[in-house]
Parts: sequence; C-alpha cells; structure tokens
Amino acid sequence: MTAVLYDIPGPKARARNATLGVVGTAVVLAVLAFVVYRLIVTGQFDPRLWEWITYVNIQYILLGALGNTLAAFAVAAVLSLAFGAVFAAGRLSDHAWISRPSTVVVELFRGVPLLVLIFILYFGVSRGLGIDIPAYWAVVLGLMLYNGSVLAEVFRAGVRALPKGQAEAAYALGMRKTQVMTNVLLPQALRSMLPTILSQLVVVLKDTALGYIILYPELLYQARFLGSQGQLGAPILQVAMVVAVMYIAMCLILSGLSKLLEKRLRKSPKAVGIDAVEAEEEKLLA
Amino acid sequence: MNVLFDNLSLYANGFLGTIELFLVSAIGSLILGVLLAGARVSPVPILRSFGTIYVNTIRNTPLTLVLFFFAFAYPRLEIADISFFWRACIGLILYTAAFVCEVVRSGINTVPVGQAEASRALGFTFGQTMSEVVLPQAIRSVVPPLTNVQIALLKNTTIAAGFSVLEAGGIYANLSERGYNVFVGLLWVALGFLILVLPLTLLQRNLDRRWSTSR
Repeated sequence: MTAVLYDIPGPKARARNATLGVVGTAVVLAVLAFVVYRLIVTGQFDPRLWEWITYVNIQYILLGALGNTLAAFAVAAVLSLAFGAVFAAGRLSDHAWISRPSTVVVELFRGVPLLVLIFILYFGVSRGLGIDIPAYWAVVLGLMLYNGSVLAEVFRAGVRALPKGQAEAAYALGMRKTQVMTNVLLPQALRSMLPTILSQLVVVLKDTALGYIILYPELLYQARFLGSQGQLGAPILQVAMVVAVMYIAMCLILSGLSKLLEKRLRKSPKAVGIDAVEAEEEKLLA
Repeated sequence: MNVLFDNLSLYANGFLGTIELFLVSAIGSLILGVLLAGARVSPVPILRSFGTIYVNTIRNTPLTLVLFFFAFAYPRLEIADISFFWRACIGLILYTAAFVCEVVRSGINTVPVGQAEASRALGFTFGQTMSEVVLPQAIRSVVPPLTNVQIALLKNTTIAAGFSVLEAGGIYANLSERGYNVFVGLLWVALGFLILVLPLTLLQRNLDRRWSTSR
C-alpha cells in the first residue's frame, strides 16, 4: 500500500524528500545529542558509576533477578494458556449455563487493570480475607487472569474466523461436537493463531515488570535496589539502561519468533483465515 | 459499602487523577502516534526507518520500565524539574504513541490500493492523497482498534500510581493507613474502572455502527 501513495519522485520531489530526510535526521540526532550531552554534563559516564558491572556478586544478583522474571513469565504463560483454553471452550459452548458465566468472567478480568488485579491478590486478599499470597503468586495469578482472558478471546476469534464450511462438512460426515472441535477446527485455528498467541506472550513477559510495584524481586526491583546503593555511587540510570537492554532483547527475541512463524505460515498452502485472525488481533492486542 | 462512603473524597480525587492522566496522555499519544504513522508511510526512507526503530523498541519495552526511567533516572539528567504527574504523562504518551502508530498504519493499509492510485492519477500530491482520500477512509477501520488502545491506556494509568502519582491505583495505600478493609476497597476501584471503560466501549460501538455502513 505504502508504495502506491506517491509517484516515483521527479527532480523537485527528490530534492524535497532529501531536505525532509536531512531535517528529520537532524531533529532526531539533535534530541539524541542533547540527551548524551546531559549525560556527559551530569557525569553519568563517570567510570565509578559503571564499575558495578564488573562485580561478580552484582552479576549474580542480576542473574537471579532475571531468573525470577523468567520464572514468573514461564509459569504465568502456561497458566494463562490453560485458562484461555478453558474459558474459550466455555464461551464457545452451546449450553447457556456454561457460556454465560464464561463470558462474564472473561469480560470482567479483561476490563480490570492488571495492576489492580495484582493489588487485590497481594494486599486485598491478605489483609481483607487473611489468606497470605506470596508476591510471586500474586504476580503469576494476576497475569494468568488478565492474559488468560485475552487469550480466551484470541482462541474464540480464531475458531470463529474459520470458514463455516469446515464445521458443516465435519457435521455432515457424522462427527460429534467434540470431534468437530478437536479434529477439524482446533488444528486449523491453532495454526493461524500461533503468531497472535506468541505476541500475547510478549505482553506477559513485559507485564512481569509490574512485580516491581509489589516488591517481587525481579529485574526492575533489583535495578532500584542497586541504583540506591551509596557505595556504588547510586548508579540508578546506569542499572536502568542495562536492565532495559535485557528486557528489550528478551521481548525482541519473542517478537521475532512470532514474526518468523507468521511469515512461514503465510507461505504455507494449509493456512486458512490468517487475515481474519489478524483483524481480530488488531482489536484485541491493543 | 462503608469503605466507599467513608472515603468518598479519596476515591473522587483518585479517579479524578486517573481521568486527568488519561485525557492528557490520550490526546498526546494520538497526536504523536499519527505523526509517527505519517513518518512510517512517507516517501522519505530515513524517516520510515526512524519510525520503525521507534515503534519496535517501544513496543518491546515494559511500560513499568518507561515510567521507572522517568521517575528515577530522569532527575539525574537535571534537565528541568517536572512534577511526577507530567513525567508520567510523558512516559504514557511515548509508550502509547507506538501502539497508535501501528493501528493507524495498518488502517492505512486496509484502504484499497485503487483509491490512492486514482487520486494520484488525478494529480494529487502525497499530502493531498493522504488527507483527502486515504485517511478519511482509514479512520473508519481504525476506530475500533484505536479505542482499544485508549482503553488499554486508561488501564495503564494505574501503573503511574506505583510511582507516587495521585491516582485510583494508589487508593489502597491510603485505605490501609486509615484501617479500612483493603480487599473491599480494591473491589470498588475495580468497579470504578469497569464503569470508566464502559462509555469508551459504547462510543466504540456507536462509531463503528455509524461509519462501517457508509463505505
């Protein structure tokens, strides 16, 4: 589409585009240069502030924090996939007494901010009901409820997006409801949903950072801890930069995987309804 | 019920903070997002790559990290002393703009190719093609996902409460100081958000119904 928005540039347009490019680059470079300038002026590149990277103990602390982040991510990812599968099946059910409550649950947890869910689990349940939930489980369960509900919608959209003929043909062959779902609809839907599911997992990984707010010792929490250590020179900016690189790298790997899968699926002749699922994805993953 | 009525002013102030934060960030992110989308489809390759780099980086950064950066690392740069509220706004705008940009760009991609070709054949420039032909049609398919981005923004404002901005997400801390039941108090906060999301959902349905038919 983008290529048809403008003609092949003539001499005038080429000159104009070149000017725009130069001006745009200059603005971006000016902003970057200003930030770097401020970093230099305030002495943030001072070797003393970067020394902490070389301490083995601190490397272990960061590694442990990374482990905590990944542990929360892995368990939350598996649980939210299971939650999503159960409630998607519930919403697709023909029985109103199953599908109505499932709809309410999914809509409820999708509408409440994830942080409020985590607060309810961590502060609310322990102080209000007297059941202590550790910070780890508050993060994991919060992520499960929220992302599970979003995934339930993704699964449902994936099944709905398949051509009607698929289910009709399966019923005509005499298959039962469960057989139609497990043998015909799900294998096709899962194929087309895979990129969407992976990009939702990126959201799970990103949202583990919320654990910082309830003091779950993950990456960001340790960044705050190290950044306030006086004997290291309180290098919070430096630690934040390193942690940012770690987060972005992990998420880029997952996103890259999702893009790669999408490309391979598009080429495959078996792909059905990828575009339809994608349209739904735009609505859901915002 | 008591938890809500005894602390009515606390809830009112909290949700007022949420709404202020939301309105400022929503307007800011829409403006920045559309500008970015413009850069991503522009005929200037270098602007396109800047847009792509920005979107890919921000979309893969946790919002908590962005706000963390503005709350703790920004003061170290000693640029200007801005209040927590405005720093949270800047963080939310920078984060949400990347999502707005992607939605607008994919909306532009849904407009049939013939529309742009026809307007070019009529001698329209890039600016005219975009503003007179492509964008008015793209907006229609963009409204539902764009509202979703804004609903996500509304929910994301709670994260600012973790960085000392007066906001609905921070109500629980005051409640527990005053000795009220935090569990019930938080359920009221959750209900408040469901109520805030409702008008946005209705607006989305309404606009969708009105505009989807006219194409």
